[in-house]
Amino acid sequence: MSLHVATFATIFFSMILVNNYVLVQFLGICPFLGVSKKLDSSVGMGLAVIAVMLIATAVTFPLQMFLLDANGLGYMQTIIFILVIAVLVQLIEITLKRYIPALYKGLGVYLPLITTNCCVLGVTILSVQNYSADVAAYGFGFAYAEALICAVGAGVGFLVAMLLFCGVRQRVENANPPESFKGLPITLVSASITSLSFMGFGGLVENIINALM
Amino acid sequence: MSPVLFAVIVLGILGLAGGVILVLASKFMAVYEDPRIAEVTECLAGANCGGCGYAGCADYAEAIVKNGAPTFKCAPGGDKAADAINRIMGQAEGDRPSLRAYVACAGGENCGKRFDYQGLQTCAAAAGIAGGPSACSFGCLGLGDCTRVCKFDAIHVVDGVAKVDRTKCTGCTVCTTVCPRGVIKMKTIASQPAVKCANKEKGAAVNKACKVGCIGCGLCAKNCPNGAIAVENNVAVIDYTKCNGCGTCAEKCPKKAIQWIEGRPQPMNAAVPEPKVL
Repeated sequence: MSLHVATFATIFFSMILVNNYVLVQFLGICPFLGVSKKLDSSVGMGLAVIAVMLIATAVTFPLQMFLLDANGLGYMQTIIFILVIAVLVQLIEITLKRYIPALYKGLGVYLPLITTNCCVLGVTILSVQNYSADVAAYGFGFAYAEALICAVGAGVGFLVAMLLFCGVRQRVENANPPESFKGLPITLVSASITSLSFMGFGGLVENIINALM
Repeated sequence: MSPVLFAVIVLGILGLAGGVILVLASKFMAVYEDPRIAEVTECLAGANCGGCGYAGCADYAEAIVKNGAPTFKCAPGGDKAADAINRIMGQAEGDRPSLRAYVACAGGENCGKRFDYQGLQTCAAAAGIAGGPSACSFGCLGLGDCTRVCKFDAIHVVDGVAKVDRTKCTGCTVCTTVCPRGVIKMKTIASQPAVKCANKEKGAAVNKACKVGCIGCGLCAKNCPNGAIAVENNVAVIDYTKCNGCGTCAEKCPKKAIQWIEGRPQPMNAAVPEPKVL
């Protein structure tokens, strides 16, 4: 049991810090740059990404195991995942609008933006790559849990990156960069420095959790 | 079966299933949206300036249709927008006083400096440093945050103090919210003077800071034939529902802090002017 907890914790925290999708793996840069101008919109976007990543992985991981791999259709992974995620997000949007209008107002506008966002697609494909081998070794349930925790961790990592970068950006807005750096150039420069700071987390989580367990 | 055909069939079935699910979902979970909301949104100016007090044009349109919000609040759209909305909503035309911005400060070069400010040239930054560089901590900083946000080129810094061109102003109130000192206020268009000071300190302190600051002496209040002026927190405040624009206060003010921003003095027995509708 302790081994399981350690594995899950390692996956979760390494997805936030070491393998952060935005700042280390450079996926999902478009919403990262586009929606990080204001604090409330970056929080909304981050929460929407967490929800969509979790639900998308919850559906695509068994789909890959039982439909694609079982029938030798592994090469259709990308197109089928895009299709399934797009349908799912639309469905979530319609359901939210009908039953939880308040939540729809908060998250709804960001949902269509991440329908087939690269970080959502990335987390589903990478979790299949990383954890499908565990199905044989530890059983489907364990691998599935790993994939779900990976998805939530990736979403939280996205939220953390958005919040951090939002703070950086508000400082940059108030600074006075040279004319040619104004706007997107200085934003990209500050994004790269933020990303550089996350490189410092490499190897950190595994060592801490291994030491604790 | 050939693997190509099998792949096509699997993808086709998945796509079809997804499509059917979405169609059913949108049928059964459809939310009725009043078509008038879209029509009203069309009538509004579309600048999303927020002057109406709502989050944007679409939000204001929704408030009109659903909650019966007043239809005259779109300042950039003016009368044309209000009339069009009234036609859609089947309402009679209501009263629409047109408010325009004015700067309740005549400081600028009349106001002393506490220190020489060399930093970032925005009011927001300057106001955050040791209470701001101007000797008066209530007045205009003159660095033009309002000029930059005005979408209608109606406000400019002249001699160190912001000044509103009330013929260009549309009353969208964006400048009033961006000003870190909150010194930009709204007033109906009418021949009535305005208090051009917002300093709430006692007279002696105001005197030291500014040549044209309101010292709260109350001469205007005592001399106003209509009882329209009161001194609140050491600043004169004009009640425009009582002011007939005779201009006694502007004459009596020892600091010339009450000024005419438009129109001219009216006869002593003039009636209170109706708020002008544009």
